[in-house]
Amino acid sequence: MAEYHRSAMIADSPSGYCPGCLHSLATRLISDVITELGQEDNALNVISVGCSALNLLYWSGDNLSVAHGRAPAAATGAKRANPERLVFAYQGDGDLAAIGLAEIMSAANRGENFTVIFANNQTYGMTGGQMAPTTLIGQKTTTTIYGRDPATTGYPMKMCELISQLPAPAYVARFALNSPKGVRQARDGIKKAFQMQLDGKGFTFIELLTNCPTNWKLSPLQTLEYMNTNTIPYFTPGVFKDITAKEADA
Amino acid sequence: MGEKRFMKGNEAIAEAAVRGGCRFFAGYPITPQNEIPEYLSWRLPEVGGAYVQGESEIASVNMVYGASAMGTRAMTSSSGPGISLKAEGISYLAAAMLPALIVNISRGGPGLGSIQPAQSDYLQATKALGHGGFHAMVFAPNSAQEAVDLVYDAWEYAERDRNPVLVLMDGCLGNIMEEVELPPMKALSDEDLPEWSLTRRNGRDYQGTITPIYTEPILESINAMAGETYKAWEEEDVKVEEFLLDDAEYVVVAYGIASRVSKEAILRLREEGYKVGMIRPITLFPFPKQSIRNLDYSRVKGIIDVEMTIPAQMRDDIALQVLERCPIHEYGRSGGCLLDDDGVYEAILEIVTGGNDNG
Amino acid sequence: MVEINTSLCKACGYCVKFCPKHILELGTVRNKRGHFYPVMTDADACITCAICATMCPEGAIDVSERKV
Repeated sequence: MAEYHRSAMIADSPSGYCPGCLHSLATRLISDVITELGQEDNALNVISVGCSALNLLYWSGDNLSVAHGRAPAAATGAKRANPERLVFAYQGDGDLAAIGLAEIMSAANRGENFTVIFANNQTYGMTGGQMAPTTLIGQKTTTTIYGRDPATTGYPMKMCELISQLPAPAYVARFALNSPKGVRQARDGIKKAFQMQLDGKGFTFIELLTNCPTNWKLSPLQTLEYMNTNTIPYFTPGVFKDITAKEADA
Repeated sequence: MGEKRFMKGNEAIAEAAVRGGCRFFAGYPITPQNEIPEYLSWRLPEVGGAYVQGESEIASVNMVYGASAMGTRAMTSSSGPGISLKAEGISYLAAAMLPALIVNISRGGPGLGSIQPAQSDYLQATKALGHGGFHAMVFAPNSAQEAVDLVYDAWEYAERDRNPVLVLMDGCLGNIMEEVELPPMKALSDEDLPEWSLTRRNGRDYQGTITPIYTEPILESINAMAGETYKAWEEEDVKVEEFLLDDAEYVVVAYGIASRVSKEAILRLREEGYKVGMIRPITLFPFPKQSIRNLDYSRVKGIIDVEMTIPAQMRDDIALQVLERCPIHEYGRSGGCLLDDDGVYEAILEIVTGGNDNG
Repeated sequence: MVEINTSLCKACGYCVKFCPKHILELGTVRNKRGHFYPVMTDADACITCAICATMCPEGAIDVSERKV
C-alpha cells in the first residue's frame, strides 16, 4: 500500500518533454523531494541549456536560468551570496560533461555546498541528437551516423567516477530511471543529497541515467530496454562516495 | 573629510568597490589587474562578503551572474584577453537584466598581445562587449581618485538600469600609486535588496525567475526597452571634462591615461602661445557627442585624437560629431609602448604648426 | 484508488508495463493532445502499490489508499 500525490512544484499542465522522456520524470522526482522536505519556498533551480531548459516553463519554484555549461559557476555565486537557500543545478550531459566540464569539476573540487543533478541520456536532445560526451561506443547519432568510433571521438565520459576521485565532494551517486526500483533509489538519493546540503555537508552530485526516445529513434518502452542492455552495463549505478557512510562506520 | 590613503589604482578600485557595497567578487588572474583580486581575497571576508577565484574568466563572470541574481552587489575584473572570455557572461547579464561591475585594466592587443598598458579595448568596450547588440555604461577614469569615485557609485547606475557597468582603465593607471580620498562605507541592509532579486521567497507569492532567454515578442520588447535606456543615458549620464576650450584652435580628444599625458603637453604648448584645448570623455558610452558637435568650427582648425593604441579606435565616434568641419588627426603609441609628454607635445606641435597634414 | 489525470498523459505506456497486477492498458480514447491514455481494467484488483505513479514521467497518476 502506498500513496502518490503530484507535487505543486511543477506546473499543472503537461511538461514540454516528449512522451516517455525521463527528463520529466527526473523533474517530477526533484519536485516530490522538495515538497517532502518542505523546501518549496527555499529551493532555487539553476536551469542550464538544452532540454533541461524546458523546466523554465514547467518548474513552479524560483529559478535562475544560465548559460550553457555554467550552472555550477552561477550556482556557486548564488549559494555564496545566499547560503540559506537550497540551491541545485539541473544539467544534461552535453552541458555538464562537454562545454561545462571545467565548471563542474571545479565546483566539485571546491566542495561548494549545493547539489548538481546530472541527467545523462547520451545525446544532445534539444539540438536534434548529436553525439554527446556520454554517447556509448557504437551508438548512432546525427554526427556519428555509423556509430560512435572511439578512434576519433574517444570514450563516453564517466562523471561519477571522475568526481568521486576528488577529496571535496560529499555524496556522489548514479541511478537509472528505467525501473521502479531505480526511480525509488534515485528519489532517496536526491533526498539524501538535498538533506546533506541543508546540513552544510558540501558538494553533492546525482547522476540520473535517462533516455531520449525521439533522438534514439525508439519507442519509450524500447528505450527502457536499451538502457538495460547498453547504458547500465557501461554506466554502473551505485553510490560512489558518501561521507556520511564513513561517519556512520566510525 | 574622507580617509586619505596612498594606493595603487587597482587597490583603490577594490577598496572603493567594497565601500560602494560590493560583497561578491570572482575573477581569474591576469596581468595587469592582479592587485584587484588579491586585495579583495582578504578584504571581502572582512566585511562578510565572498571571494572566489574562478577556474576561468568564463566561470568567474557566471559566478557574478549567480551572486547578482541574489541581489548581492557583485563584480569581476580582468584585462583584454579575459574580457573577451567574459563576453558570454556579460551578454547574459545584460539579457537577464542583472547589475554587475566589470573592470577592464587594459593591455596591448589583439590576442595575448602584451602585458604592458594600452588602450586597445575601446571598440570592445563601447560597441560589442558580447553578442546580441547590447551596451553597458563605460566609465574611463584618468586617476585613482576618479576611479574611486566612479566605482563607488557604479552599482547605483547598474541597479537603476538593471544592466552591467564597465570601468575601462589601462595598466598604467591600475599600477601607479596616488593619494586617494576614500568615501565612507555605504550602509546597505536587506531592505535595499532589489525587489526582483531571488534572495528569498519569504512572503513572495509569485515565482521568482531570472532568465536570459525569452519568447520572441517579450525579447523584442526587452530590446526596445534597452534602446530607450541607452537614449536616456545620452541625455542624463554623459560625463566629460572640457579643458581650455574657450579659445582653442586645436582640440585634443583623449580619455584615461592619454588625457593625462595630453594635459601636460597642452600646458607646455599653451606657455608657448599655441591655443590647444582638450575634450576628455569620462563616459565612453554614452559618448560626449555634444561637446564635440558644438565646438565652434569657425575657430577650431583641427581635432587631434590621442590614444595609447594604433590605429586610433575612438576616431569614428569623433568623426560622427565633427562631420568633416575640420581635419581629424591622430597620434598614439601601441602594443604596450607608452605615451610620454615629449612625444605627445611634439606630435601636437607638428600638427598645429602645419608640419603634419595627415587629416 | 488510482486516479489518472488524463489531460497530462502522453501515452508512454510505462504504467501499463510496470503494473504488477496487469490491470492497466492504453485505452481507445484520445485526450486533447491526441494521446490514448490508460484505463484500469479491474479496479478491485488494484493493490495501490503506486508503481504506476512512480514510473509516470508526467505525474499524471494520483494514488491514495482509500477505496472508491
